[in-house]
Amino acid sequence: MWIETLIFYFFAAVTVGSALAMITVRNPVHAALLLVLTFFSSAFIWMLLEAEFLAITLVLVYVGAVMVLFLFVVMMLDINLAVLREGFVRFLPVGAALALGLFTMIWYAFDRARLDMIGAPTPKPADYSNTRALGQVLYTDYVFAFEAAAVILLVAIIAAISLTLRRRKGTKYQNPSEQIRVRKAERLKVIKMEAEKR
Amino acid sequence: MNAFIPPNLMPALPELVLLGMACLVLVVDLFLPQNKRGFTLLLALAALLATAATLWQVAPVEIMVSFNGSFVIDRLAVILKLGLLLILFLVFVYSRDFLREFGMYRGEYYALGLFAALGMMIMISAYSFLLLYLGLELLALSLYAMIAFRRDSAVASEAAMKYFVLGAMASGILLYGMSLFYGVTGTLDLARLSDVIRIQSVESPVMLSFALTFIVVGIAFKLGAVPFHMWVPDVYHGAPTSVTLFLGTAPKIAGFAMAIRLLVDGAGALQVEWGQMFVALAVASLAIGNIVAIAQTNFKRMLAYSTVSHVGFIMMGLLAGTATGYAAAMFYTLTYALTAAAAFGVLMLLSRDGREASDLADLRGLNDRHPWYAALLAIALFSMAGVPPTVGFYAKLVVVNAVIQVDMLWLAIVAVLFSVIGLFYYLRAVKVMYFDKPEEGQEFHLLDALDNRLLLSANGVSLLLLGLFPSALMAWCLTAFV
Repeated sequence: MWIETLIFYFFAAVTVGSALAMITVRNPVHAALLLVLTFFSSAFIWMLLEAEFLAITLVLVYVGAVMVLFLFVVMMLDINLAVLREGFVRFLPVGAALALGLFTMIWYAFDRARLDMIGAPTPKPADYSNTRALGQVLYTDYVFAFEAAAVILLVAIIAAISLTLRRRKGTKYQNPSEQIRVRKAERLKVIKMEAEKR
Repeated sequence: MNAFIPPNLMPALPELVLLGMACLVLVVDLFLPQNKRGFTLLLALAALLATAATLWQVAPVEIMVSFNGSFVIDRLAVILKLGLLLILFLVFVYSRDFLREFGMYRGEYYALGLFAALGMMIMISAYSFLLLYLGLELLALSLYAMIAFRRDSAVASEAAMKYFVLGAMASGILLYGMSLFYGVTGTLDLARLSDVIRIQSVESPVMLSFALTFIVVGIAFKLGAVPFHMWVPDVYHGAPTSVTLFLGTAPKIAGFAMAIRLLVDGAGALQVEWGQMFVALAVASLAIGNIVAIAQTNFKRMLAYSTVSHVGFIMMGLLAGTATGYAAAMFYTLTYALTAAAAFGVLMLLSRDGREASDLADLRGLNDRHPWYAALLAIALFSMAGVPPTVGFYAKLVVVNAVIQVDMLWLAIVAVLFSVIGLFYYLRAVKVMYFDKPEEGQEFHLLDALDNRLLLSANGVSLLLLGLFPSALMAWCLTAFV
């Protein structure tokens, strides 16, 4: 049991440390990579809770897709970081005071004796499949929520297209199907001419 | 392994009809040329009517819960949804000419509007944290896109960005509160949550109040109560007036439903705690909303601050914690949405070629040119101010009455005092319309069509009629909370 506790504290420390480093480093690429590390170590913590499907999804979706996209954006756009960092020192006292206040509140609000009482969840047998359990409730008990989430994605598609799709004037736009269907008569004009006399 | 029992789909039939029709609007619009765009509008209106008819058919006498306890339909849901659909019907008709004038007359606008309506209906019927959050996100996402709909306008893009960032933060705070509740009680269902809280509030009160704080902050953000109101004026001002009309009316009903579901149905046992938080929020909203509105020269900004003060009144009804209080807040929300629809509806008519009317000065001399529209706008403004015999007076009266019934006389006095202060800026707008002369060469370019004119007139007259005969609607609202 103690080895699990040790693993938990190790990954918890990595998560907190990399999250802190992520918001303080100067280089945006480093920040993105540190965020990847945060996701990875959170995935390990989920794995300790036997939520292996969620842990792997976190790595696949966030690390594999979202963060790679994010890195692309960071590398392709020339963002002036000096402007973004302006006011960091100025707002630091307010931010720090707020964070400290919230931390104290959480410290007092969380009933630690009660949390100790709850303890860790009882381990499931080795043949228990987290993925299977999720799959069984996703389309049954949670079908309405699942469909609602699907509609949200549909709205995201509509929004993205309606906000970005526009036909610019003056672009050299080609219509391939028209190009293919073109007939000889439309392009080639045969002109009969008298041969010139020598 | 338990055998799966398929959920009863009947309670959610209106939502399913709306979803189907929204998708139909989206697809049909793709094949329509620009000059046939009116058909999309007709289809969208038909979608709203069909949803309302289905709702009327499936409306149960008793409370009905489906989808494993996550979806509920009761009197509250039926009344709020009918109100919501009526308001959206008005909004869609009013905005047509405005959209055409400013090159936003596209099918996506109506599709997004219908999806937002779906999100609001899900919020009204949500009986679990999960579904409520999904409904909220569906609404918010549609609204972000609608605000930014005019792509070339820098102000609109800024408003959308601001709404997006603050909305995401509010969602995060709300989610944090929900997750804390889940951590303490072990359930996402609001009905079960309420049972667990009733037992646990003795055991771990601090933890529950801590979770509750985040929920209240999330609700205050979405409703736009002080000190979480920063987005309201900028978004109302920056968005195209048709979207401001949408934003300022229907989502208020959904926000009210969210507050009722989370705080009354879910955390009803903690009423004393959230009631105290609401007292602070309500007083601050009444004060800031009414006082800052005086300094505004832009009509849309002024109405935005007026919204903030109205949210204060809605919160006052909720914090009373009695059935009369909830019914009063519900009456207030529904009639406020109707009033705001009339006010923004007239403002949209006044848009001039290439520029939308939004300054107070744009209203000068409206009475000389178009006395009927001036009268309609005056009725709406008087109703917001709470002048009898308009409906706003009665709404304020019942809320104040509910607060007095729970021995909070001082709060009632504060509310009345700030309403009197608020009267100033509403009357100033009326003065500008009736007594100020327009500048030379300033002509009103009215965007009116017959159907629009009839609906707007009916809307304005309804404010008077509801003010004179409020008992039917009030009795209806009361049935939701007995």
